[in-house]
Amino acid sequence: MKGSVIILMLLICATYTHAQVDSTLFKRTKPDTSRLNMNLDAVYNRPFLSVGKLPVSLGGYVEANYQHLGTDGVSEGHQFQMRRLTLFVASSIYRRIKFLSEIEFEDGTKEINIEFASVDIEFHPLLNLRGGIVMNPIGAFNQNHDGPKWEFIDRPVSATQLLPAIWSNVGFGLYGKLYKNNWVYAYEAYLTNGFDDQIISNTENKTFLPASKLNADRFEESFNGVPLITTKAAIRHKRIGELGLSYMGGVYNKFQEDGLVLDVKRRVDTWAVDFNTTLPKTNTYLTTEWAYILVDVPETYTQQYGKRQAGGFVDVVQPLIRKPIFGFDRSVINAAFRFEYVDWNLETFNETGNSIGDRFISVVPGISWRPASQTVIRLNYRYNWQTDLFGNPASKTAGFQFGFSSYF
Amino acid sequence: MKRYTWFCALLITACAEFEPAAPADNELLDGPVPGLTEAENLQFIRGDVAFNDEVFTVATGLGPLFVATSCGGCHPGDGKGHPFTTLARFGQANQTGNQFLHMGGPQLQNRAVPGFSVEQIPAGATSSLFTPPANTGLGFVDAVSDADLLAWADPLDADGDGISGIANWIELKSYSTERPNSIVQNGKYIGRFGKKAATYDLLQQTATAYNQDIGIASTYEPIDTYLHAEVDPEISNQTIQDVVFYLKTLKVPEPRSTTAEILSGKELFTTIGCAKCHRPEMKTGASPIAALANKTFFPYSDFLLHDMGPGLDDGYTEGSALTSEWRTPPLWGLGLSKNSQGGQYFLLHDGRAKSIEQAILLHGGEANTSKENFEALTVDEKKKLIQFLESL
Repeated sequence: MKGSVIILMLLICATYTHAQVDSTLFKRTKPDTSRLNMNLDAVYNRPFLSVGKLPVSLGGYVEANYQHLGTDGVSEGHQFQMRRLTLFVASSIYRRIKFLSEIEFEDGTKEINIEFASVDIEFHPLLNLRGGIVMNPIGAFNQNHDGPKWEFIDRPVSATQLLPAIWSNVGFGLYGKLYKNNWVYAYEAYLTNGFDDQIISNTENKTFLPASKLNADRFEESFNGVPLITTKAAIRHKRIGELGLSYMGGVYNKFQEDGLVLDVKRRVDTWAVDFNTTLPKTNTYLTTEWAYILVDVPETYTQQYGKRQAGGFVDVVQPLIRKPIFGFDRSVINAAFRFEYVDWNLETFNETGNSIGDRFISVVPGISWRPASQTVIRLNYRYNWQTDLFGNPASKTAGFQFGFSSYF
Repeated sequence: MKRYTWFCALLITACAEFEPAAPADNELLDGPVPGLTEAENLQFIRGDVAFNDEVFTVATGLGPLFVATSCGGCHPGDGKGHPFTTLARFGQANQTGNQFLHMGGPQLQNRAVPGFSVEQIPAGATSSLFTPPANTGLGFVDAVSDADLLAWADPLDADGDGISGIANWIELKSYSTERPNSIVQNGKYIGRFGKKAATYDLLQQTATAYNQDIGIASTYEPIDTYLHAEVDPEISNQTIQDVVFYLKTLKVPEPRSTTAEILSGKELFTTIGCAKCHRPEMKTGASPIAALANKTFFPYSDFLLHDMGPGLDDGYTEGSALTSEWRTPPLWGLGLSKNSQGGQYFLLHDGRAKSIEQAILLHGGEANTSKENFEALTVDEKKKLIQFLESL
């Protein structure tokens, strides 16, 4: 009874209590828009909100959309989706020691992931130590994936299904940058836990690196005790753009247990190249990323699971209108176009010598409106072609998607 | 405001107009027979998902020895399979049964999960390759009465046309249910599925395929193909029954064109004797599925065994069939085969024929006269005949 009275009093108090925090104390840290920022910096280059002199800042983004897609005449109808709610917490622990975490809720609470939770210690701009849950720097999208930065509702298939973005693992590594006139040189190198044998035994029925994300134990222990190596070198010129070359590889199978040999060590190796630039005259923004994957699949297994895969995407974004719209004085309307291609299996059939199918092509034209730089409202039309293993007539999926993504 | 509302409504309605249209119904092999009840539609969908979407992995029981990872992998779009999924069987050379069951027979599991070795055909065993067939209209074939099937049989060639046609008499699996009015001969039953007609019903077909093709044990077929011992079921009876129902209620293909050339080709098909085995028309009997009961259908098969000559004799057989005897394959859906075989034909039991003409020319034995009649046709007549076959 006493407890109920206290709760009731607290509720009454809450009803009449106004916000106790002076909102003027909130300070928004705007992202760095200098042209010397690289994909490497994306994880910290986000709008954060800090309170007074507290060393902790908060942020996040949210994205939701409507879509109506159909495949070969069959549609799931009108779909409303809450794709992501992502929360960032960053903290300056001490001079040149900082922490950032990123927690993502996908499709409501269907997937809850810690995508990043690392402490960074800067010894020198060329020598920083990072440890914790890191995003392996393969390609550019994995580190630079925030929804509000993109003009497309879907993430690139080549980045999220060929490469496994968002791909995070526990580990340690070094990174650094060197500035020289208009150039920036950067490197990253990490040792982390890695893949497991689900990449060649999964319900996608193809070599599928993201299948290892189902192994939640990877944040606690390595599947086989062999670290995954991820390295990236990138170079950026203030006016030309940024070019990155990255590699990620390691052993994916459990080759021994309790000292007993189960199999030979089987490797997965991935290479990626990424490039982005802004064309000076037209202000056209280009982003592209291409990946090549090599997997040691046992000869006696099935060719359903490819030994070699490749794919990538090209995004072109053209600002069309920059003027106040509905009172949003810094509005920009962009036209956007994405081309995606993935070949899930570059092999030929042992039985016929013919090329194995299993290819995906997609084109996505779209229009986006940015009422503010950190908020984007997007209308996309996508058209996909997917062929099966045998290269039979492609199944076609197409439709409209409309939604928003915004930092908060 | 009203204008915007109309605009939004128009936009939403227009969405579907920008989506890919469904292929014409007669261009597809999948889809249910018309006339299923709501409850039957639900079971069809469950079976469809299990057949086409469920992929087995090491974690869900795949193998350790296997041929394919899913049902749909061998029958894309419910059509014919590809050499990649063509399987081998070995070990039976006559009617005395399979002498190599203790060495992994009758089916070769030519793939294995990592860490395991694949099977090899034992020395001394004869073998044959089997390309996965289309799943078209299997429920209709299942619903034909034994008496109707035997009505076409002519074991002693009483009419002297050189074509006999016999049934494959097989043992009934303990889990199969005898059809009403089954005809039994020396305790054996008529097989009607499989290239040697050595399978009694679709439950046997399904349970055996899960076991032999994917390495999935069930209460029906509980012996693991690697351990050669009984193991716990890796699939529920319900799922197997759903897949059986799905296979039973897949629609039959519809002819896709009836031009004058095609009708002329159809006449030639009968004239040169093809229709003596590839019988155009059949009727189902009673069926617990109303949509299948007492229906006329057009499989272009008699579902009986015929001696196809030494060219197609691989030295392997099943049931009471001779090694040179093969069940007449139904020709319905033949023209759609390329859509599931990667854009080219792989015809006959092992996919050796790369065109319809080549398949005809590889006929021998009881079909030799028809083959010679085909060879005697003019180029134009051959073209019409093939156009007809492609229209099925």
